[in-house]
Amino acid sequence: MRKVAIIGVGVEGFRPAIRDLSYKEMVYRAAVKAYTNADIDPRKEVDTFISCEEDFSMGTSITDEYAPDQLGGAQRSVQTITGDGIQGMAAAYMQIATGMFDVAVVEAQSRISDMLTPNQIQHFALDPIFVRQFNSTHHSIAALEKQAYQHAFGVSDEIIAEVAVKNYRNAILNPIAAYGMNASKEDILETEIISAPLREGEVAEHADGAIVVVMASEDIIKQKNVTPVWVKGISYATNTPNVETRDWKTATYAKLCADRAYKMAGITDPKSQIDLFEIDDTYAFKELQHLEALGIFSFGEAAKALADGKLERGGDLPVNVSGGVLGVGNGHDVNGLQRVAEIVDQLTGEAGKRTVSGAKTGLAFSWRGVPTTAGALAILSVE
Amino acid sequence: MKVRGTKLSHDEFMNKVISVDHHPEIEYAWATGIAISKFLEGLKQGKIYGAKCNDCNRVVCPPRIFCEECFSPMVEYVELPDTGVVNTFSLAYIRTDASRREKPEIPAVIDIDGTTLTPSGFLHLLDENISHDEIKVGMKVKAVWKPENERTGSITDIMYFTKMEE
Repeated sequence: MRKVAIIGVGVEGFRPAIRDLSYKEMVYRAAVKAYTNADIDPRKEVDTFISCEEDFSMGTSITDEYAPDQLGGAQRSVQTITGDGIQGMAAAYMQIATGMFDVAVVEAQSRISDMLTPNQIQHFALDPIFVRQFNSTHHSIAALEKQAYQHAFGVSDEIIAEVAVKNYRNAILNPIAAYGMNASKEDILETEIISAPLREGEVAEHADGAIVVVMASEDIIKQKNVTPVWVKGISYATNTPNVETRDWKTATYAKLCADRAYKMAGITDPKSQIDLFEIDDTYAFKELQHLEALGIFSFGEAAKALADGKLERGGDLPVNVSGGVLGVGNGHDVNGLQRVAEIVDQLTGEAGKRTVSGAKTGLAFSWRGVPTTAGALAILSVE
Repeated sequence: MKVRGTKLSHDEFMNKVISVDHHPEIEYAWATGIAISKFLEGLKQGKIYGAKCNDCNRVVCPPRIFCEECFSPMVEYVELPDTGVVNTFSLAYIRTDASRREKPEIPAVIDIDGTTLTPSGFLHLLDENISHDEIKVGMKVKAVWKPENERTGSITDIMYFTKMEE
């Protein structure tokens, strides 16, 4: 099968709320940047458009009908995936790898500020017969998981707070991040309890924004003056929808994703073969839990690596140099493309002061949030 | 006419079959952005705005900040007349709650005068007092506005379109 690469990324946002642009105008701006970076005319050179969005997020039934125009996809082949942007990239990868299409566009966006009742919509994702009958915030599901994780592996609140400290600080240097700040461990630990053991400071705040990614076959790339970032491995997996039967301690979905993507990319020792990691940290403990499930550390060991500074930008295994979901802002289905955008910046020399020197290969992992056990993973490389 | 299937009473449907109820309270407030905000502010002033694409020279209504045909930015707003042509229409007897109207509402797509290449406009209502025999595709119509002090910057600032005298 043909090789597939990312040849351009465009970002609009992220800000806590984008109220001066409509969602179409926001996506249009991201799309224009992506097409300029990719040296592509969307009206002539793109074969397939994939929009990642959900009706309840957008507030319109069959919302995919409204996706084409702002992408340059009017009267063209457009599909919608109700999932994370990396799931959209997986579809684009397959469409290009088959040889049916040469250039694919993947878009995901967040307009949380258009929702007046986002908590209700999150609550609406819970099983209606059992879980939804109890009127605690959906964050309680994450709190149950944090409790189980801490109990099983002896990970303290103090070290989990350090994840948030690192990621908020990293976000200061990222121009697309909404929540960069210098906060101390004490600052995080003093924030209000939402649902013990979960505190406000370790939960990612919402943000609005859009990301458009252009992907192309190796045949097209030969004709273009672009730096290709090759998609070496890509996968997605769901563990179980049932809160009663899931493994609360470990992120099984992340392991399922990693097993498939590592095999595809020929990764046998992720620690030595991957230079930087962008990992879902919607809740701060998730960064550690995900790193362990991805096989980067054994269970309970990610906290030690964090304490030793290994996950810092200048460390052996930099994690969430972008600021992560905590720092950039929680955009739900666009979170995966936030991770991808950072790795593309890093590998193509566009990361400025955030640059991880010598990085050639990166791993992006997204999680679809409470109450899911769904993840998606991309391994990207300039080699 | 025989109705297909077996009717369930409300009591049977709600109380005799085991089910679980949930009534979400879900609300949205969509930011209308640059172009549609311009359009809605225009309506408040009794004006209909469109936008012109300087690449393909199309004039479209409602306005937008990009041309979906050539993907160029649209930066020029154009004030259009409040008249147009019926593109298509229907006599609607059933409301969204499935109740029946005696006198139909008349949704119609109005192509606004002054839009070019492919005519464009918006879905609105026709004057319910026009004789149904007179309503035709291609009929020339004019906006009937709410009094200025009742306009809020909404598509309903136009109450309906009525037939223009030839």
